[in-house]
Amino acid sequence: MKPKFLIGGLVIVAALAYMIYAGVSQSVVYFVTPSELSAAPVAGKAYRLGGMVLPGSVKWEPRTLDLTFTLSDGKHTVPVRHKGTPPDLFGEGRGAVVEGSWAADGYFKSSHIMAKHSEEYKAPHDANAAGYKELLRTLQGGGQ
Amino acid sequence: MIPELGTGALVVALIAALGGAVAAAIGGRTGRVALVQSAQHAALVVAGILTGCLVLLAYAFLTFDFSVRYVAMNTNLGTPFYYRITAVWGALEGSIMLWAWMLALYTLVVMLRHRSNARELYPWVLTVMLGIVAFFLLVMTVPAPVFERLTPVPADGRGLNPLLEDSGMITHPVALYLGFTGFTVPFAFAIAALITGRVTDFWITATRRWTITAWYFLSLGLLIGGWWSYHVLGWGGYWAWDPVENAAFMPWLTGTALLHSVMIQERRRMLRLWNLALVILTFTLTLFGTFLTRSGVIASVHAFTQGSIGVFFLAFLSLVILVALGLLAWRWDTLGAQGELDSVVSRESAFLLNNVLLVAATFTVFFGTIFPLLSEALRGVKVSVGMPFFNQVNVPLFLGLIFLMGVGPLIAWRRASLDNLKRNFLWPTIVGVAAAAIVWAVGVRSTLAVLALTLTAFVTATIAVDLIRATRARMRMGEAIPRALGGLLLRHNRRYGGFIVHLGILVIALGVTGSQAWSVQTETTLRRGEHAELAGYRVRFDGLAASEESNHFKVTGTFTVDGRRAGGTVLQPAKKFYPQEQSPIAYVDYRLGLLEDLYVVLGDFARDGSQATVKLQVNRLVSWIWIGGLVLTLGAILAIAPERRRVA
Repeated sequence: MKPKFLIGGLVIVAALAYMIYAGVSQSVVYFVTPSELSAAPVAGKAYRLGGMVLPGSVKWEPRTLDLTFTLSDGKHTVPVRHKGTPPDLFGEGRGAVVEGSWAADGYFKSSHIMAKHSEEYKAPHDANAAGYKELLRTLQGGGQ
Repeated sequence: MIPELGTGALVVALIAALGGAVAAAIGGRTGRVALVQSAQHAALVVAGILTGCLVLLAYAFLTFDFSVRYVAMNTNLGTPFYYRITAVWGALEGSIMLWAWMLALYTLVVMLRHRSNARELYPWVLTVMLGIVAFFLLVMTVPAPVFERLTPVPADGRGLNPLLEDSGMITHPVALYLGFTGFTVPFAFAIAALITGRVTDFWITATRRWTITAWYFLSLGLLIGGWWSYHVLGWGGYWAWDPVENAAFMPWLTGTALLHSVMIQERRRMLRLWNLALVILTFTLTLFGTFLTRSGVIASVHAFTQGSIGVFFLAFLSLVILVALGLLAWRWDTLGAQGELDSVVSRESAFLLNNVLLVAATFTVFFGTIFPLLSEALRGVKVSVGMPFFNQVNVPLFLGLIFLMGVGPLIAWRRASLDNLKRNFLWPTIVGVAAAAIVWAVGVRSTLAVLALTLTAFVTATIAVDLIRATRARMRMGEAIPRALGGLLLRHNRRYGGFIVHLGILVIALGVTGSQAWSVQTETTLRRGEHAELAGYRVRFDGLAASEESNHFKVTGTFTVDGRRAGGTVLQPAKKFYPQEQSPIAYVDYRLGLLEDLYVVLGDFARDGSQATVKLQVNRLVSWIWIGGLVLTLGAILAIAPERRRVA
């Protein structure tokens, strides 16, 4: 192998190593629980905050697309603000992971909600209890 | 009845596969033809049983036999006929069976094609392939028993994951798995070459078309996966650097590298060790992908619920790597190159650089995918790197690869003279610069977009230069244009098939560039009769309607486009409520176009139908990704077709 190929190879490896290093340091996101975040929040740092959506905490303003809720891990709670429709899997009493940053005035500013898909077996629930029939009636009655 | 029948048959198949693998190995070692023949019979038995088991499972799905646990978990009485068939491979156990079945079929094709033309390697190829089939059969009987009995037998099943009720479910897994399993054939040949010590170039030529076939199906699987993501998941994207997407993308990258590096070996007798290593790497990455998906080590939208299956895959993966490395070390002395790299400016080094970039991209994807695991193990910190990381590191590599796509096929072997460079690249460079100027002039200011479009134009021009020159040469022999061009494509189908695949990749690159650079979206809540506006489209919300489908409730929104653009188009995105799911599933509606797609997702809505939140997207040039897939298909077919350079 001629030296120039060796040098070329080293240059490529070094460039790749630098690109990966720079890429990681710019896009690294820290997973935290509400307790960990409450203990030492750093404003502006990228976090993924995971917890349970506290029942009764969800407020959704369709006209302004403002969504606020509280994430809890049983010990600490963190208020979260989000702009946009909650995803399908999102709901009170369920797990959710939000990506965003800590705002200096005391809340977590979410840019992305990843609701957790439950992996466990769930018995099919009763369609009537879930209110779908009711929904069908209200939409057919006053919808169109 | 079905659980016992199926499980019993699988055990028989497992024994047959193991017996066949051992018989072929002894046959290969001692030269006893009878043993190799008995291995062939074993392969036939295995393929027959697996086909029977697949039919049996399909039958269980069609007849709602909930005594089979897998059926009860993945279907219910409301699942439509069509999806009861695709449900066969809709979850972990069945997908492993699909994999094993395809592998068994590939083994049969290998038998048909190479029985007599690969005498020395053939028994060992059989051993490797049957051994791998045996592993999958083991998985199907112990950690992921597909025919496990469920007692008591429930009255109704749980139902298929609603996201999988889509036509993509028949094509996406089938194509992807044909790709994954297809790479087993070159791997088996490589291992056979190492075992027999015939590490010359025979295994390369024997498996060339196998590699292209596997590569093509893997490409197709990835593209259909993108299409599925785009039109089912409702986020308007086709690629998310999700761990499981990455798992399928890594063997695609190394497989692409392999397709190119074998040409160097064929032509220049170089890179023998490298090619063996690439085949082994590609195959182990297909296993690694399955390990990653099925073991639950990394959370992902594709991750199925798991059991001990991860341990089995990890053990097998380690075994494969150890054996392969051992064989490489054993044959080390015979793997030296005969040719030498003469100059940096040559086709060899263009191909070599292509390989380096592809392997670098593979490493990047690998690193990013397992980064959360690494960081937690080494530093105890839970971190992750998302899409920005993958894009930031890979985009420059991919741009480099596109550039090489233009250079590689035209530059001279050994050492390119200035004259050669001028002859081949003067016009393409002019076209590239002109394209850059035009793109800039029409107001594109994104550096990446300008660069990507410039390179695309440059490469397209290189292909045009080559085609025009070769067609002219034939026309001088007195052929008319269509005949000259047609003859060129058919006689040199390998070269021009490759060019057409390149064109397909360029078209896909165009689609990716456009959608990343120019797509726009908005989200808003509308009362009935109100309008939303985006990129010249005026979309009116006309109301909601509810309906009851065979296995779910559906709330459909009606949105009418009434502006100048696409006026009159009615889009009806919906939300589907499945009894077995806790939350609704979005059903996207869209109007596809060559330049842009209008894409509508229904969000939250008022229960009286008076207002609804809607996400509107105008996604630019996305259609070109799918069109590129079609072009790629044409090129791959041409490249796979038997060569007929000399017609007698």
